[in-house]
Amino acid sequence: MRYFLQRGGWFALTLWAAITLNFLLPRMMPGSPADAAIAKLSQNGPVTEETRRAVEAQLGVPDGSLIQQYVDYLRQILSLDFGVSYAFYPEPVSGLVAQALPYTLVLVGLVTIASFVIGTLLGVLAAWRRGTWMDALPTVGGSFLTTFPYFWTSLLLLFFLGYVAHLFPTFGAFSATTQPGLDWGTVVDAVYHAALPATTMLITSLGGWVLGMRNAMITTLGEDHVTFAEANGIPGRTVALKYAARNAILPNLTGFGMALGGVVGGSILVEQVFGYPGIGFLLFNAVTGQDYPLMQAIFLMITVSVLVANLLVDILYGILDPRTRR
Amino acid sequence: MSAPETAPRPLPPALAGLRGGLRTIWTHRKARIGLIVLGLFVVLAVLAPWIAPYDPKDNSFGRSLAGSAQHWLGTTAAGEDVLSQLIHGARISLLVGFGAGGISTIISVVIGLCWGYVRGLPGEVINFVVNLFLVIPGLPLMIVVATYLSDGGISVIIAVIAITGWAWGARVLRSQTASLRGRDFVEAARFSGERAPRIIFREILPNMTSLIAGGFFGAATAAILAEAGLEYLGLGDSTIVSWGTMLYWAQNSNALLTGQWALLFAPGLCIALLATSLTLINFGIDGISNPRLREGSTGR
Repeated sequence: MRYFLQRGGWFALTLWAAITLNFLLPRMMPGSPADAAIAKLSQNGPVTEETRRAVEAQLGVPDGSLIQQYVDYLRQILSLDFGVSYAFYPEPVSGLVAQALPYTLVLVGLVTIASFVIGTLLGVLAAWRRGTWMDALPTVGGSFLTTFPYFWTSLLLLFFLGYVAHLFPTFGAFSATTQPGLDWGTVVDAVYHAALPATTMLITSLGGWVLGMRNAMITTLGEDHVTFAEANGIPGRTVALKYAARNAILPNLTGFGMALGGVVGGSILVEQVFGYPGIGFLLFNAVTGQDYPLMQAIFLMITVSVLVANLLVDILYGILDPRTRR
Repeated sequence: MSAPETAPRPLPPALAGLRGGLRTIWTHRKARIGLIVLGLFVVLAVLAPWIAPYDPKDNSFGRSLAGSAQHWLGTTAAGEDVLSQLIHGARISLLVGFGAGGISTIISVVIGLCWGYVRGLPGEVINFVVNLFLVIPGLPLMIVVATYLSDGGISVIIAVIAITGWAWGARVLRSQTASLRGRDFVEAARFSGERAPRIIFREILPNMTSLIAGGFFGAATAAILAEAGLEYLGLGDSTIVSWGTMLYWAQNSNALLTGQWALLFAPGLCIALLATSLTLINFGIDGISNPRLREGSTGR
């Protein structure tokens, strides 16, 4: 129980630190992001006193009291009010985020799960058949693919399969003619649009799982209980899966939890290349449009989801491996 | 006032260790390929002004030309020679890789070793800070900071990558330090009255050279990829010639539509090759720190 309380306390502390970091970042920067933002905003029309106050609460007043700003900022966060976007004026930030979130959750979430399952299985195979082609191919291939800048892999796929071969669409999540709804045609269209981004993310993320699982399993394969099981004549597949892989999977499982937390952050560069309307693409638009409120809100949301995933992994780990609970 | 030396002196221990380590890496087949590829890129970067056929910023050529005898890889939409840009781009990638990788390694060594050595409240404080840096997602943080510092040059990019990238290495070094801390030679040093900084950096540190080297190459790989990503998003200084900015301009000038595939293909391939070479070297270094992963040993 003490372990879980400790993890919970740590979560609360990190959450506070992350929220505070989000508060301090724009205030530590040279120049005044708030002034720049208000200047940019006034191009769209007159800035009301209310909007100005909201901007300053988020980005800092040049000569205001820091503590008062901090209190205002915390109040805004608690009421989930992230202000108005500049780049998509006058849309509220929360609405934009809510629109983009489902795309990222479905696409990146499914790909992350698929990549973890396939990669871990390949890693088990590589460690078990160590020194053969079944080891060399996924290990070398996987680590080579991991070093690919993944936005480049996306660009290549987009160029060759999208622009040259015309096999796949080159932009967006739906055809311009499709009316999003829950019918078969829409689903097919969505899958068709998601195919290239999904493929890119899958091939660039597989390697990490393969290598992690392989190296952990090579260590567990050297342990006495595995040798003992083999000496007892237990079939190889049982030894590999039930004796070695089961223990070796723990580090990969931690990574999986973290990756699931990272899903919300999406694959910023991949979404940008394919113009896929998820959180990553929204962050890119916020960045290029110097849309600080949107950027801050997305950054906070990404951080918080990683923290929550972290907490869940810690709890799960405590249940799976009693040694960590000491 | 020492007399000129006549006999070859034995190498100092640090250098001898380095030579031994290099030999172990070299015997590893994958790591040897990595060293050769990295060496080629270093040569390319150092000799760039003499190897490159044109000035990388000379835009007096025809625009968006296809590959030809004059321009092997064609020209950009602004009329610059792609091959020359590619060769000069190696400089930025190596600079950022080794610069940011080096800085973050130094931070992780200092913090990781102190963290593993100290007990009590200071240890808890470091623990909190490192874990905070570990859980805050790196790329979004880098993007946010780089956006606020948008008119900074390459040094800003290096700083941003180094500051966001040291925590993982610190954690690895910390656990190794904590396990070395109880060893006899550390106890002996403590009882003989050595002070903590000396014990940490003169007694414990030399035992972790391979871990640190591994951490450095890992950090350099991550830095090269991060720099390319940031510059591709247009967050770096888009006037410098680097592989990341080449891709940024390629996309912004619709190289996809005009069919300039070399402009798109070559910079990414170079990034991938450079990053791969560092990863391959790390396979050899892993073999030093964990003999079970050495080639030829079965591990069972």
